[in-house]
Amino acid sequence: MSIFVKKDTRVLVQGITGREGMFHTRQCIDYGTRVVAGVTPGKGGQKMDEVPVFNTVAEAVEKTGADCSLIFVPPAFAADAVMEAVDAGVSLVVTITEGIPVLDMMKVKNYMLGKPSRLIGPNCPGIITPGECKVGIMPGPIHKPGGPIGVVSRSGTLTYEVVHQLTLEGIGQTTCLGIGGDPVGGTNFIDCLEAFEKDPDTRGVVMVGEIGGSAEEDAAAYITRNVSKPVVGFIAGLTAPPGRRMGHAGAIISGKSGTAQSKIAVMKESGIHVCEDLGTFGKLCAEVFA
Amino acid sequence: MTKGYGARLAEIISGGIMKIHEYQAKELFGKYNVPVPAGGVAFSPEEARTIADQLGAFPVVVKAQIHAGGRGKGGGVKLAHSLEEVGTIAGSILGMTLITHQTGPEGRLVQKVLVEQGLNIHKELYLSILPDRSTAKIVIMASEAGGMDIEEVAEKTPEKIIRVYIDPLTGIHPFHCREVAFRLNLPAAAMKVLTAMLNNLYRMLLETDASLVEINPLVLTAEETVIALDAKVNFDDNALFRHKQLLEYRDLDEEDPLEIEASKYNLNYINLDGNVGNMVNGAGLAMATMDIIKLAGAEPANFLDVGGGASAEMVENGFRIILSDKNVKGILINIFGGILRCDVLAQGVVEAAKKTNISVPVVVRMEGTNVEEGRRILAESGLQLITAVDLKDAAGKVAEIVKN
Repeated sequence: MSIFVKKDTRVLVQGITGREGMFHTRQCIDYGTRVVAGVTPGKGGQKMDEVPVFNTVAEAVEKTGADCSLIFVPPAFAADAVMEAVDAGVSLVVTITEGIPVLDMMKVKNYMLGKPSRLIGPNCPGIITPGECKVGIMPGPIHKPGGPIGVVSRSGTLTYEVVHQLTLEGIGQTTCLGIGGDPVGGTNFIDCLEAFEKDPDTRGVVMVGEIGGSAEEDAAAYITRNVSKPVVGFIAGLTAPPGRRMGHAGAIISGKSGTAQSKIAVMKESGIHVCEDLGTFGKLCAEVFA
Repeated sequence: MTKGYGARLAEIISGGIMKIHEYQAKELFGKYNVPVPAGGVAFSPEEARTIADQLGAFPVVVKAQIHAGGRGKGGGVKLAHSLEEVGTIAGSILGMTLITHQTGPEGRLVQKVLVEQGLNIHKELYLSILPDRSTAKIVIMASEAGGMDIEEVAEKTPEKIIRVYIDPLTGIHPFHCREVAFRLNLPAAAMKVLTAMLNNLYRMLLETDASLVEINPLVLTAEETVIALDAKVNFDDNALFRHKQLLEYRDLDEEDPLEIEASKYNLNYINLDGNVGNMVNGAGLAMATMDIIKLAGAEPANFLDVGGGASAEMVENGFRIILSDKNVKGILINIFGGILRCDVLAQGVVEAAKKTNISVPVVVRMEGTNVEEGRRILAESGLQLITAVDLKDAAGKVAEIVKN
C-alpha cells in the first residue's frame, strides 16, 4: 500500500517537451511510472519518445485516462497549467515549478476549493511510491521499496538526504513526498499524516520541516490527537539566529512561532522523536522504528 | 557581517521580497491616487531646503530613507520649523549611521531624506493590506492604535486589530470597506476617502504583486480626511518578471555587495562571519548543512543555495562568490542531485577551477541523479578535491581543515 500514487497511476506531464520536462519524464518512465501522455500547447500530435503529446490537458485525459499530472511549466504559466489540470478533472496534480508568484498561487488555491483534485507543491520534488511509481524529480535509486515508513517533507533535496539515510539503514518506504516550501501550497503535513495513519502498510512516519511559518506546530498538534504511529522529525535551520523583529504586518499574520527551537519544543511535546543532528538521522530512525 | 540573518533566511525560504524606500512607495501611492503629504526626496541639505521652500509652510518633517523600520526612535525622523532648521537637521541625518531595532547593531548609512509637509494630526491609525499565506486570502488589517509598533499591539491588545479577508477571485467589495471604516470609528467624510483608498491600494497590490502594503500611521487630520503619513511596500521577487518598471526602485546601497553579485545569477546567498564556505542545492539542505558544520565545531561563511535548476555557469559563479570572501579557509560542496544533476555540478566546479585560482581546500559530497558521471568528471579533472562519503564525514573533514 501507499498514499496518493501507486503502480497503476496514469501520469500525464505538462511541459513534457521542455528540457527539464523531457529529462525527468524519461527518468520517471525508466523507474516504471506509467506516463501515458504529455501536454505542450502547439505540439499536439507529436511524440516525446513513445509518449503522445496533446495540446490540452482535457484532450490528454479524454484520450488516455490520465489521473495524475506532473507539471514542469515555467513559473509565469504554471498557475494556468494547474487550473487547466484541475478543470480537466485530474485527481492528483504534482507541481514541480519553482518561483510561482504568490498571488497566482492564491488564485489557484481558491479556485480549487470544493473541487476533488489534490495539489502537491508547487516548488517541490514530487511524490514517489518506491518500486511502483515516481512522479517527480527525486533520484529513484536512493529509495527502498516495500515500506514500512512514510516520508513527508517541506524541503526538496533534504528529503533525498533523509530517504538516503533510511535506505542505508535498510529501512524501506511506503511513499515519500515533498510538499514544497512556498507560502501558498496544496497538500500540507496534516493531509499526509492523515493518509499515512490510514495506510495499513505504513508503520511510522518521517516528517522533515524547516524554520519559518507554523506548519510543523500545526502538524504536531494534529499528531497528538490523531496519529498513533511513531513519528521522527527534523527541522533545518537549528543554528540560524532568530530573525530580527520584522516590525510589520507580516509578523502578525505568520504568528509568533517559527524558530527551530520553538518548533522542536512543540514537536517533542507531542511525542515526535526529534533528530537534532542530521548526520545521525538514519540511526535514530533505526532505533525508533525497530 | 552576521546581521540577523535569520530574517533574510526567512525571506528567502518564503519566496523572497524586494524592498523599496518610503519616498518610492509614496510615489507609487501617488500613481494610484492614494493621498500622501506633499514633499520630495533630498540627497543634500541644500536640496532639502529647496523642497521645504517649495512646500511653503512649517513645520516640515525630515525623514531618513533606509530599508528598515523604527527610524523615529533611532533619531532618523525630525520636525523642522524654519528653512535653517531644515538644513541643519537634513545635514545631521544625511551621512549618519542609523541604528534601529531592525537594522541590527551595525546600523545603516543614511544617504537620502524625505522632506514633507507637516499635517494637522487628529488621530493616528494603522492600515495594511497583504496576502495571507495561511488562508490564501488577501487581508486588510487596520487599527485605531496607529503609529506604534504593530507587533506589540498585536501581542498585548489583539482585540484592537481589525482583520478583513478578501477572496482574490471575487475581489474587494464595498462591504469590506464599510467593515474597516466603521470599526475605525471614522467620521463620515473620512470614511469616503478611506473607501477609495482601500480600493486603490487593493488594485495596486494586485497590479504590482506587492507582498506587503503598510501605512503606519495613517493619519486622520483635523480636516477629517485620511492621509498616508508613512508608506512601506514590499514586492514578491517571483513576480518581478512581469513588473520590469519596479526594478528601477531597487537601491543597491541597501544590499550587501556579494549578495548583489549572487542575485545577478539567481543564487540565494547570505554573507556570514565564519570561514567555511559552502555551496548546497536547496534551501532546506543548505540550512541543514550549515547546522552540521556548526555541530562539527566550525562556522559557516555563508548560506548559498544554488537552487534546483542550477546550470554549470551558476555553480561556477557561486564558487567565485564564495572565494571572493577572504575569510573562507575551506569549502564544503554538498549536492544531492535531483533537478540539478551531479554531472552538471561537477562540470561547474571544473570550469570554476580552471578560471579561478582555488586557493583553499574543497571537500565534495555528492549523491543522487547522475552521481557516477559527476564523480567521474571530478576524478578525471586533475583537481585536488577531498571527497566525503556522507554528510557527517564531509562536515568533519572541512571543520578539521579550517582548524589547522
